[in-house]
Amino acid sequence: MDAAALTSRFPATQDLAGKDMPTFRVAGGDLLAAVRFLRDEHGFDLLADLCGLELQGRPVRFGVVIHLLSTTHKEYVRLHVDAVGDRVPSVSSLHPGANWHEREAFDMFGIVFEGHPDPRRILMWDSYPYHPLRKDFPLAGIEVPFPAADVAEVTGQKVEPAPMMGGPFVSHGGKLSEGEPSALDQSWTEEKPKA
Amino acid sequence: MKITKEISIGDVAARSEELRGENMTLNMGPSHPATHGVLRLSLELDGDKVVKCDPVIGYLHRGDEKIAENMTYNQFVPYTDRLDYLAPLANNVAYAIAVEKLAGLKLPARCEAIRVLTCEMARISSHLLGIGVYAMDTGAWTVFMYTFNEREKLYTLFEELTGARFTTSYTRIGGVTRDIPDGWLAKVSAFCDGVERTIDEVDKLLTRNGIFLERTEGIATISKEMALAYGLTGPNLRASGVPFDLRKDKPYSGYEQYDFDVPVGVKGDCFDRYLVRMEELRQSVRIIRQVVKSMPGGAWYAEDAKKIFLPPKAKVMTKMEELIQNFMLVTEGPQIPAGEVYFEAENPKGALGFYVVSNGGGVPYRLRIRGPSFVSLSILPAIVPGNFLTDVASILGSLDFVMGECDR
Repeated sequence: MDAAALTSRFPATQDLAGKDMPTFRVAGGDLLAAVRFLRDEHGFDLLADLCGLELQGRPVRFGVVIHLLSTTHKEYVRLHVDAVGDRVPSVSSLHPGANWHEREAFDMFGIVFEGHPDPRRILMWDSYPYHPLRKDFPLAGIEVPFPAADVAEVTGQKVEPAPMMGGPFVSHGGKLSEGEPSALDQSWTEEKPKA
Repeated sequence: MKITKEISIGDVAARSEELRGENMTLNMGPSHPATHGVLRLSLELDGDKVVKCDPVIGYLHRGDEKIAENMTYNQFVPYTDRLDYLAPLANNVAYAIAVEKLAGLKLPARCEAIRVLTCEMARISSHLLGIGVYAMDTGAWTVFMYTFNEREKLYTLFEELTGARFTTSYTRIGGVTRDIPDGWLAKVSAFCDGVERTIDEVDKLLTRNGIFLERTEGIATISKEMALAYGLTGPNLRASGVPFDLRKDKPYSGYEQYDFDVPVGVKGDCFDRYLVRMEELRQSVRIIRQVVKSMPGGAWYAEDAKKIFLPPKAKVMTKMEELIQNFMLVTEGPQIPAGEVYFEAENPKGALGFYVVSNGGGVPYRLRIRGPSFVSLSILPAIVPGNFLTDVASILGSLDFVMGECDR
C-alpha cells in the first residue's frame, strides 16, 4: 500500500515508518473513517489483531494498536491510536471480529471503546476491580474478594495473589507429600540421596 | 351422537405465539466433554433450538502477556508450549520467528528446515486430535482410536527430538535447542507411511458416513464475507472459500521452497471444515517428505548472533570469550534491539500472532499474543443460534479450538 494514500486522505495521520509493515498513527476522530477507507478502497478486509498498549513518551497513557490484513494483496498495515482520556472509538461495527479484542483491551487496560455493543470484561470475571496488564499492577496480583459472594459468605474464601517466595512463581517450600520433593527441598542432592 | 372436531396444521400455526413456552437458559460447561476444555456456553433455548449463545471464557487465563513482560525472551519459550498445547512445536517456532524478525536475524537453512519439519508434524498431531474428537462429538467413536494411535507415534518422535513428549520448548531465539538425532529422519519417513494409511482409513470411516454427514452437512454455514468480517484464519477461513494460507502468501522459515496445495472449501459448513483438515493432513505429509529428502547440512543455529544464541557447551568450558558470552546471555537474556514487530504464523488452528514491543535489552516491553482460537470462538454468538442443541457439539468440534490459546 502507498503510504501517501492514507496521509493525504487524513492529514492528521502520521507515518511512523514501520520496519516490518506500513505503520501510521491515526487520530482518534479519524479512526473509523480510516479503517473503512482501508477496508473498502485498499482491500484490508481482515482485522488480524487489536490490542491495548501502555504508551511511552506520549502525552496520553494508553493506546490501541490495530493490525489489518489484506487477503487479496497479501499485506499488513498497523495503526496506532492514542486513547485520549482512556477512550477510543470502537471499530467493531466495521469488523465484528474486533468485538472480543476490544473487550480484552478494556479488561486488561481499562480502555473504553465508544460505541462498543457489549462492553463487558472477557477474561477476568465481571466484578474484578483491576486492569492487570497496566504497568503499575504487580506481577503477583492483588488479593480480591471471591467472585461468588454466596460461596465466600459460607467459606470465607478470597482470591489470593500468586506466591512470591524466592521468585515470581515459586511455590512455598517444605514438604508437599511423601516421596515427592518440592522445589525448595534442599535435604537431598544427587550426591547425598534422600534419607 | 358423535362429536368430532377437525384440527389442521393451520390452526396450530395461527396459535403459534400462544403455544410458545418460556425460553430456558442452559449452562454448558466449563467442564463438558464437547467443550474441549474449559469453555462455558450460556445457551438460551426455545425447545431444543438455540436462540442465543453467549460464550464465557477466561477459565484458563494465566496472564501469559503479563508474565512475558517480566522475563527474558528465552525464558518465555516454555510458556508458548502452553498456548495451543496440542501443537507446542508450532507455537515455539512462531514465537522464535517473531523475536528474530525484531532482531533482524537470518537463520541457516538447516535450522529453517528443522523448524518447517517440526511445524508440519505439529500440524498433523493437532489435526489428528481435532478430527478424532470431532468425530467423537458426532457419535463416531472408532476414529479417535485410530488417530490417537498415530499421535502416540508422533509423541515418541517428539521425545527423541526435544526430550519431552508434550511440552517441547524446542526453539530458542536464533535457533533450536539441539540438532536432529542420528537416524531420526528415517523414523519420520516411516511415520509418514503409517499416517498416510491411517488418514485413508479415517477417510473411509467418516467421509461417506451417513450419520456423520447428517450431523455436519449444512450445519453452521459461515459465508466468505462473514469469515473475513470475524477475522477467522487457518482451516476455518479456508473452509469458507478464502484461499489464504500464510505459508503460501507470506512465506516464512523457507516454506516457499516446498511444493504443496492449499485446500479450500466451497460452502463453509461443518463438513467443509472437516474436509479441509483432512486434506491439510495429506499436504503436511507431502511437505515432511520433501523436507526429509532435502534436509540441508551445516549449522542449526545462527552462529554469528553472539548476543542472542547461547554458545555450544564445549566452547563455554574451554574458551574465555564464549564463557563471558554464556554468562551475559543467561543473566541478561538475548539482546534484542528496540522496535516493534507483528508476526503471524500459520498454526494448525489458524494464524498465531505475536506483537512484540522492545525497548532494547533482554526483556520485552509488551508481548501480545493473538490466539486463533480466541477469534474462532468469537463467531459463536453469530453461528450457533438457529441450530439444535445437539448441533452445538458438531459446531464446536468443527471449529477446532483449544482453550489454552484462547484464554492465554
